[in-house]
Amino acid sequence: MDEETIVYALPNRTTPGNPVLFDEAICDGCNRCLTVCLEDVFIPNPQKGKPPLILHPDECWYCGPCVDDCPLPGAIRLNHPLQQRVRWKRKDSGGHFRV
Amino acid sequence: MNRGQVLRWPYAVRYGTGRSYDADVLVIGGGIGGAWAAIAAARAGARVIILEKAATERSGAGGAGVDHWQFAADNPGSRVTPEELAQALVDNQGGYRNGISTYIQCASGWSALEEMERMGGKVRDTDDEFRGAEFRDEKTKLLYAYDYTNRFVLRVLGHNYKPLLREECRRLGIRVFDRVAVTSLLTEGGRPGARVVGAAGIHCHSGAYLTVRAKAVVLATNRPQRIWTFSSELRGISTFQPPSCSGTGYAIAWRAGAEFTMMERSMRSPFSSPYSFPPYGSGNAINTWYPCTVVDAIGKEVPWVDAWGRPVSGVAARCHPVEGQKFFIMGGGSSSQPHPGLPRYLGPRPIPDLEARMLAGEFTPPFYADLAGMPEMERKAIWGIMVGNEGKTRIPVMQTYTAAGFDPERDMLQTYDFLRGQGMRDPVLPQERTFGEQGICGGMLVDWDLMSNLPGLFGAGNLVFGGGDHSHAAATGRYAGARAALYARRSGAVEISREQIEQEKKRVYAPLASSTTGPDWKELNAAVARVMQNYGSEPKNAELLALARTWLEDLETNEAPRVSAGDPHQLMRVLEVHDIVTCAQMIVAACEARKASSACLHFKRLDYPEMDPPGWHKWIVIRKQGEGVALSDRPIAFWGDFEGNYALRLAQNDAATGAAARSAAVAAS
Repeated sequence: MDEETIVYALPNRTTPGNPVLFDEAICDGCNRCLTVCLEDVFIPNPQKGKPPLILHPDECWYCGPCVDDCPLPGAIRLNHPLQQRVRWKRKDSGGHFRV
Repeated sequence: MNRGQVLRWPYAVRYGTGRSYDADVLVIGGGIGGAWAAIAAARAGARVIILEKAATERSGAGGAGVDHWQFAADNPGSRVTPEELAQALVDNQGGYRNGISTYIQCASGWSALEEMERMGGKVRDTDDEFRGAEFRDEKTKLLYAYDYTNRFVLRVLGHNYKPLLREECRRLGIRVFDRVAVTSLLTEGGRPGARVVGAAGIHCHSGAYLTVRAKAVVLATNRPQRIWTFSSELRGISTFQPPSCSGTGYAIAWRAGAEFTMMERSMRSPFSSPYSFPPYGSGNAINTWYPCTVVDAIGKEVPWVDAWGRPVSGVAARCHPVEGQKFFIMGGGSSSQPHPGLPRYLGPRPIPDLEARMLAGEFTPPFYADLAGMPEMERKAIWGIMVGNEGKTRIPVMQTYTAAGFDPERDMLQTYDFLRGQGMRDPVLPQERTFGEQGICGGMLVDWDLMSNLPGLFGAGNLVFGGGDHSHAAATGRYAGARAALYARRSGAVEISREQIEQEKKRVYAPLASSTTGPDWKELNAAVARVMQNYGSEPKNAELLALARTWLEDLETNEAPRVSAGDPHQLMRVLEVHDIVTCAQMIVAACEARKASSACLHFKRLDYPEMDPPGWHKWIVIRKQGEGVALSDRPIAFWGDFEGNYALRLAQNDAATGAAARSAAVAAS
């Protein structure tokens, strides 16, 4: 192990911790998602032009206007908690899929 | 955020300072009901302010969209009258539904929708996507749901209705203050029980204090959430309505001396359990998914029956009343707790004894909603205008599932019926309760002006205990806004009490000075939920309820004052949980007051087991009096005659807001 590796003492993360996922290559940091959020999940990124920061992931209602109202398609997408993923079956093949 | 990253609070902080504003009509809560109230009041010439905790552009339970415009018996295709429908809706709840707001919805739901159309909302199938469908009227291009014979529920394309309402507020010059959490009503002389003359609150980013003096106040906040269930670890804050809907409107009106009723009613909550799935995001046959076919694991179709258990064959027959019914209110079965409603209003549904027949080997779990097997128009309606416009389905279900590969023409979405606990649709435990799922919940007692016992305080939406859906919020908001504007016109200047404001400021900012050794707001919320699960759930008796009351008093006295806040957002959350404690206390007080069981209220007292004894067939009304609770009651249909009471006020409202002239102009054009 590299002697320079710094390990911090940190509490566990708030989970589920990523109610939305940003594509930093597309998002221009306009903060439209932050503006319409019902729960005030985000705060502005101190770095201009970057996606907002998710300060309160535990307060997300998973309602979607942050995605629906985003002017840049693909910049933000909803990410359901892992225990909330629903399954479906393809009628002709019987194959099973999931969100 | 990256682990370990610590940032300065990004907004300027101004605790304790702030400005005062004046309005004719103040609207608290800028959701569906609040936005409609503000627009109606402004059309009637009032100077209007909205205070909204989130962002008015999308806030409210229906801010993300709407697919069903319910109970609009005034629409041109309806084959039932507003009187018939309102009476049926009330009777179907055993009388426990506010007939006033229900009638307003049934009599003016369509005129509200026409107004939405004038604001730019899409109401009709103008693209002719559903040309020839049985649920479409070819002349008007309106699309109907559920009962295709009687046509009083519309399918609408409402994903952007809320931004359109926000735009109309802007156009009318309504002053909208977003991110302001109201913390108290202001009364004349600061006295509880006196006329309401404004409200105060904090800004959730700056922490600044804001007061509004107003001649009339419309309370349009949602029902309390997070009373029986609270878990932020499983699905964010697990609630069907937005989690910020903490019952603050209930709590502030209670402290001001308003009367409340039906607070004892609570029910199992398939959508508010942290173990449920995204609403309408798993296979089912109700609401947004009506009338979807359900099949078992080997493809065997689950039969449908009518209210009397007679077979209903084929998909088309699910959308018409059967012999013995003129119309049906809703079909598809119900949530995990069977609806106690009357058979003559119950629509077709999958067999109610499916669980027993599955356990006997007749069906094999899991079950699936067979979208692929549905007739094309119905499939396109469900996985299209319904899932594509309903609140919380457009992005979370339609877009997300489609991106994951779900194909409605080939796939069947799994149901979770019977996989956890009893019952259909995301089964839940009896303790996983809510104050109201869809439909009605208890609330503030109001008269035909939608005004409470406190002069100047009006109510709209869920809070007036008549309905929990989008069109009820719109119709009652529109009506309450007009009544409030007319009230303000007749009022002279009002004064707010500086003393009340200073007292309130002390209470509101106290959590900033609390040490961090106390519980966090989430821990306090979870404790309230645990108390209510154990002592205010199923079953109930005098000792259990007394323990609930004692426990809540303990929490209020000992733990709540020790919950600390580190920034303005946390301060808002702490104050929300204080309101949740108050709401739980209101609920327990009402449960203690009703010494009888009631099927319609989902209310079981072990010490009073007789269901719905006639002597208790009445509204229990509670009101805060000093540190105690004053009890009274009202007869079941206390509202009297629907049409006479409504017609008089409708004429006044229309004259004030110019609605009649606008409708006539549209008809002429």
